[in-house]
Amino acid sequence: MQLNLQWVALCTIVRKEVKRFTRIWVQTLIPPLVTMSLYFIVFGKLIGERIGEISGYSYMAFVVPGLIIMSVINNAYSNVVSSFFSAKLNRSVEEILVSPTPNHVILWGYVSGGAIRGLLVGALVTLLALLFTRLPLHNIAVTFTVVFLSALLFALAGFINAIFANSFDDISIVPNFIITPLTYFGGVFYSVDLLPGFWQNLSYFNPILYIVNAFRYGFLGISDVNVYASLAGIIAFLVLLYGFAWYLLVTAHKLRN
Amino acid sequence: MPDPAYALEISNLTKTYGNGFEALKGISLNVEKGDMFALLGPNGAGKSTTIGILCSLVKKSSGNVKLLGFDIDTHFSSAKQGLGIVPQEINLNQYEKPFDILVNQAGYYGLKRNDALERTEYFLKALQLWGKHDAQTRFLSGGMKRRLMIARALVHKPELLILDEPTAGVDVESRRSMWELIKEINAQGTTIILTTHYLEEAEQLCRNIAIIDHGKIVKNTSVKALVAELTHETFVLDLGQPLKQAPALDNFSLTLRDSHTLELIVDEGQNLNDAFIQLEKFNIHVLSMRNKTNRLEELFVDLVKKKAGEH
Repeated sequence: MQLNLQWVALCTIVRKEVKRFTRIWVQTLIPPLVTMSLYFIVFGKLIGERIGEISGYSYMAFVVPGLIIMSVINNAYSNVVSSFFSAKLNRSVEEILVSPTPNHVILWGYVSGGAIRGLLVGALVTLLALLFTRLPLHNIAVTFTVVFLSALLFALAGFINAIFANSFDDISIVPNFIITPLTYFGGVFYSVDLLPGFWQNLSYFNPILYIVNAFRYGFLGISDVNVYASLAGIIAFLVLLYGFAWYLLVTAHKLRN
Repeated sequence: MPDPAYALEISNLTKTYGNGFEALKGISLNVEKGDMFALLGPNGAGKSTTIGILCSLVKKSSGNVKLLGFDIDTHFSSAKQGLGIVPQEINLNQYEKPFDILVNQAGYYGLKRNDALERTEYFLKALQLWGKHDAQTRFLSGGMKRRLMIARALVHKPELLILDEPTAGVDVESRRSMWELIKEINAQGTTIILTTHYLEEAEQLCRNIAIIDHGKIVKNTSVKALVAELTHETFVLDLGQPLKQAPALDNFSLTLRDSHTLELIVDEGQNLNDAFIQLEKFNIHVLSMRNKTNRLEELFVDLVKKKAGEH
């Protein structure tokens, strides 16, 4: 397939994905805003005011970057996993598989769709957060790089989950039992410096800790980990997951007979 | 760009599934460009596996396949560009609208948006679906969904259209209108390969035919030549008066199905009038007469039975 035709195919998949999640905006865009509002009110205002400052910032300002990246991660992931798994389940994915669209275009199309939803929700949550607190922007390049790469990374993870999934239960296992706990223990609500030695060391094995801290650094200029090592880690995972997802598509794992 | 005489060339194609089931045992067949070709076979014969391989949803075990002159091992993407598929089972996204489904499908083949929009409108109108272009697919009737799948397969104007049992579960009226449409598409130069259970459909529509059974091609010829091989035809005779037993006719086999129905077997070369003359002598009045089954169906059953005996 010629490059210009591949571009048309890519735009088609991305447009279809964006249309899908905007069509059901009540299910896709509103719930994260409601959830985040509750976090801001409960953790930021009610509890946060009693906690005081962390590293020179109000508790509200401290938790906001983590909550933004948490919503980006969850939405990028869930968009791709639910969209691709549904297409697999009702076999409408065959529309693309029988077409000349190359595998890498299919992959980029779905992943871009998921990343766009993640970034859109992230932007909406950021606007919402501004109603509750003042949010400085310490390093715009780091902020945008982290959020963009994280959205792509978790969209890719969602794609891989969708390929392996055999039922709707299978697409909820990873977000519920892996991503959510890792996010909560990933320093969204606290600095790992506050933890006792063992738990602090254990936290360093949590990849989401690096994403949350790098993103927080972009806004506030504070981090529990080396920001550039975090960025390198995100890129390494991105390459690894992309390679794996592409391999699954090429070998037609659970897609072709 | 190759310009081959054949739209499809298959040689020694085999497929063995992971569980060891041999779905295809070395089939070979050619389909000429512009042909309307029927692939017939009982359930599990290997029709859908063959179609699956042609559209890349099934991986072949061995053998060679050329689609529109392109080898699928080396140039599948180019081959797919000219291929349209209407699958047996409905594989539409129930929450998408027919208009979006067609526009997207055109996009997967690299058609620019303006062309895609234009063709979408054309094909939705041509298949009498324009009135539902903005409704979610789940609200369409079964016949409309089938037509939508045909429209989807045509939107990029394929040179080769493969229809896997396109009229399965469709009412008689819709089936007839679909036949007209398929004939029209073929008349415009598109090669059509059709798998069907309705042998009448194959006889009405197709020029050439292959019968596949147990993963092997048991017949590959023209429909005319196949019908010429017919050694007998069975007719059902509806009677005016009830009968207790069938009379014995010279040179004809006659059996009583029920008190008002006789079944008459007429062998090749026999004159049907002779049977009626003899029935008249027995004072049996025939009110109406019809073929017991489609003529091709009799041949098909004979061929498949013969092969089943060999297995």
